[in-house]
Amino acid sequence: MPLLTQHIQDENDQYSLVASLDNVRNLYTILKAIHFRDHAACFATKNGIKVTVENAKCVQANAFIQAGIFQEFTVQEESVTFRINLTVLLDCLSIFGSSPTPGTLTALRMCYQGYGYPLMLFLEEGGVVTVCKINTQEPEETLDFDFCSTNVINKIILQSEGLREAFSELDMTSDVLQITMSPDKPYFRLSTFGNAGSSHLDYPKDSDLVEAFHCNQTQVNRYKISLLKPSTKALVLSCKVSIRIDNRGFLSLQYMIRNEDGQICFVEYYCCPDEEVSESES
Amino acid sequence: MKFRAKIVDGACLNHFTRVSNMIAKLAKTSTLRISPDKLNFILSDKLANGGVSMWCELDQKNFFSEFQMEGVSAENNEIYLELTSENLSRALKTAQNARALKIKLTNKHFPCLTISVELLSVSSSSRIVTHDIPVKVIPRKLWKDLQEPVVPDPDVSIYLPVLKTMKSVVEKMKNISNHLIIEANLSGALNLKIETELVCVTTHFKDLANPPLVSESTSQDRNPEQMAEVHIDIRKLLQFLAGQQVNPTRALCNIVNNKMVHFDLLHEDVSLQYFIPALS
Repeated sequence: MPLLTQHIQDENDQYSLVASLDNVRNLYTILKAIHFRDHAACFATKNGIKVTVENAKCVQANAFIQAGIFQEFTVQEESVTFRINLTVLLDCLSIFGSSPTPGTLTALRMCYQGYGYPLMLFLEEGGVVTVCKINTQEPEETLDFDFCSTNVINKIILQSEGLREAFSELDMTSDVLQITMSPDKPYFRLSTFGNAGSSHLDYPKDSDLVEAFHCNQTQVNRYKISLLKPSTKALVLSCKVSIRIDNRGFLSLQYMIRNEDGQICFVEYYCCPDEEVSESES
Repeated sequence: MKFRAKIVDGACLNHFTRVSNMIAKLAKTSTLRISPDKLNFILSDKLANGGVSMWCELDQKNFFSEFQMEGVSAENNEIYLELTSENLSRALKTAQNARALKIKLTNKHFPCLTISVELLSVSSSSRIVTHDIPVKVIPRKLWKDLQEPVVPDPDVSIYLPVLKTMKSVVEKMKNISNHLIIEANLSGALNLKIETELVCVTTHFKDLANPPLVSESTSQDRNPEQMAEVHIDIRKLLQFLAGQQVNPTRALCNIVNNKMVHFDLLHEDVSLQYFIPALS
């Protein structure tokens, strides 16, 4: 059918980004994992799409959806950037229902014509088609955490189940979560300081849950618990998590997420440490 | 005024419970109209509250093994009672797997619909649970506001798609917008649309059936592709869809361009009509 192919080719040419997906949930779940603010920045290159959400200039979440996840993925320009209302995008992606119905898949075709144009979504399930036209916004500069693997002091890779319970039961009356990473005891410790007292959770380095343990020096850092709590969404979906802290005390949490088709995606959280306030000031 | 009725068949009891659950989802307070052959659940909202109206009708003989009633007078042999719909559905919750259910209009300091449920028990002695649902007896002079609504001549009449799909779509649309446009034509297409500053979403249902035209209706010389549309409050539509727990035997949607949408549903032998007026 050369004519039809020709037609699709022409149609694709006018869009700077075209992506198709047989199962919209592969995109929906991963975006849901970084949905803690209304707005997100999207960057698309030929390798895939990166979606970034930030809060309070202190925390940044990135979802990477590689081009290979999509059945069709074309980017006409070097990179395509726009800002979008993530809450609306998620509602549109799940227009046929948020929980999966066995045996039915929602297919997606996503097109973006370029700066100033809306993002077009075409969703289809069981012959019913939904067309969404979401207005895009001026892209804003995203934070650069300058997190470089050469500056990483301590790194632990855990099976996510090991952290899942700890995170879901965090004492939210505590302002901060204190993370201790050390080559010596207690190796890896999570501490909270709440109204009902302090709690410490230690992971021995030879635990079955610990897949890799590379700690070079003892670091004790505090992070705002309200900023870290949203990462629970990604944690719940993930199978493994890599926890890294660099020489400035910046925290990186990398979640490895396996989608319904067994493909791997990554969600990354960066968080800066809570500033130390000396006793005299407080 | 007298009313007493009894259900002994399990299937009838379940069916009646389902109807009352549906009514509870559709209307906070409703009017129960009792006549010798029929029961009606009626809602006729004031325009200020959205102006939605509902007319649900069931034949008493399909449900009740015993049914006795005596209306206000011989020539007006009807009873109109106002009740909180949820009270009835809550009372019927205890009636699951019951041996029998009795409904009776009583006067215990104030008028009540007394529901007594005879439950099965392991021992031979039976247990009876009684609920008294307070009701307001509606006087004769207000009956005229509670008559069966006249179905206007629709511009387009179309059978609805699977209600579950429609419900999940409308649920998501409600997160984005307060208003919805429902439009349909005579060649089997029905669209649900929302438009806000941020986003436009349209869900297209195709290949639906249109019922045969009524002979002298206005729609006869209508272009089959031309859409009739109506702008409605999305919450009213969602409320209607959320009330439909089981897919109805027949579901028809009638649109009067820019005036109202009328849903006409049949659940086995219970008919439900639901009217949503256009937003001005």
